[in-house]
Amino acid sequence: MTAKLSANDLTLIRGESCLFQGLEFALNPGELLILEGQNGSGKTSLMRAIAGMLSLETGEIFWNGEPVSRQRQEFHGSLVWLAHRTGLKGDLTLVENLRFEGCLRRQAKVDKAAIYERLAISRLKRLPLRSLSAGQQRRVALARMLMADVPLWLMDEPFTNLDREGRQLVMDLTEEHLAKGGMCVMAAHQDVEINATIRKVRL
Amino acid sequence: MDSPTQEQPGIFAGFIAITRRDLLLAWKRPGDVLNPLFFFAMVCTLFPLAVGPSPEQLTFSGPGVLWVAALLATLLSLNSLFMSDHEDGSLDQLLVSPQPLPVLALGKTFAHWIISGFPLVLISPLLAIMYRMSMDIVGVLMLTLLLGTICLSLLGSIGAALTVGLHRGTALLSLLILPLAMPVMLLGANTVSLAAGNEGYATGIWALGAYVVGAISLAPYATAAALRISNE
Repeated sequence: MTAKLSANDLTLIRGESCLFQGLEFALNPGELLILEGQNGSGKTSLMRAIAGMLSLETGEIFWNGEPVSRQRQEFHGSLVWLAHRTGLKGDLTLVENLRFEGCLRRQAKVDKAAIYERLAISRLKRLPLRSLSAGQQRRVALARMLMADVPLWLMDEPFTNLDREGRQLVMDLTEEHLAKGGMCVMAAHQDVEINATIRKVRL
Repeated sequence: MDSPTQEQPGIFAGFIAITRRDLLLAWKRPGDVLNPLFFFAMVCTLFPLAVGPSPEQLTFSGPGVLWVAALLATLLSLNSLFMSDHEDGSLDQLLVSPQPLPVLALGKTFAHWIISGFPLVLISPLLAIMYRMSMDIVGVLMLTLLLGTICLSLLGSIGAALTVGLHRGTALLSLLILPLAMPVMLLGANTVSLAAGNEGYATGIWALGAYVVGAISLAPYATAAALRISNE
């Protein structure tokens, strides 16, 4: 049986250096893929490659057994990317930001109020994002991820800027997502305590 | 959890959403709207002061000056088209959104035109009066500027997308765009001059219209491809 998300023989060369070569992985529903490696080892690059934003030297990424490059729109409709930079507009409020994101995707039936409550951002709804702390902005980015309600989460250093509670929250949310049959690719420095099938890629 | 079974929103949803977001952003930062407008108004007001106010000279040079100023004002504003999105990472999010990128690029360009191109068209009659243009000629001027600024915004979006990763890309952007933008300016300025000399000017309008149609159909794809390349 082919895995839901898989990759074979990935090679990425940036400038003079080869970041990875012959890299392979496979991910099935309910599984977590952790990308390990030092700073600059290519975790973010691999994540961008999975999202289809970097062209690889060799190899291909498959979604449902089909190359991603041939079904870009469908693949992008199934993933959400929590990047290092939040990608939210500082001049807009939380609600305005998330409304825009919502318009780009199919309308998922999610309880927005419950998500705000869970992430402890409901009282920040009317403020421009610029005035929020980095950790709070991260929480808004998490809210965007939850609202998209898609199977694949790409999380690049999801714990950055978050307090202890926030880190626990990210782990809980990921665990719930995996329990529902979702998938997650996570680049992380620290140990994650998530109760699920964990696969690792060492860069 | 299976792949999404529900319908994706239609392509116009993405176009409308991004246009609305950019207009909202401009509303919260009115400085971006006023800058090109100020530049346009200043060049057009300073020129008669420098060359002298003789009526013949002004009538003769009016169309050219207004058009050159409009072209430069648009070029200056283009740099910011994708800049802030690139800096805060929302461009990355647009690249992985399930909407087709050319549509999003067209939406952004449309919003940019409303913010920086359309105000030039609206203010041009005021400035044209300083150059002693009659009302019929002002109508022609506005029509050429309307079509011309649409062309310039669309062409400029390609250049802005190519130079988005570069710091201080304005000069390069202008160099890239000028060869494509030059015909627009020549057509626009000459059409107004012909109209002012009581000659037939319809050809110029049609040619500009054709340029608009061509740019709308091709530029979004070029912009989308350029965005993917410069974001690698």
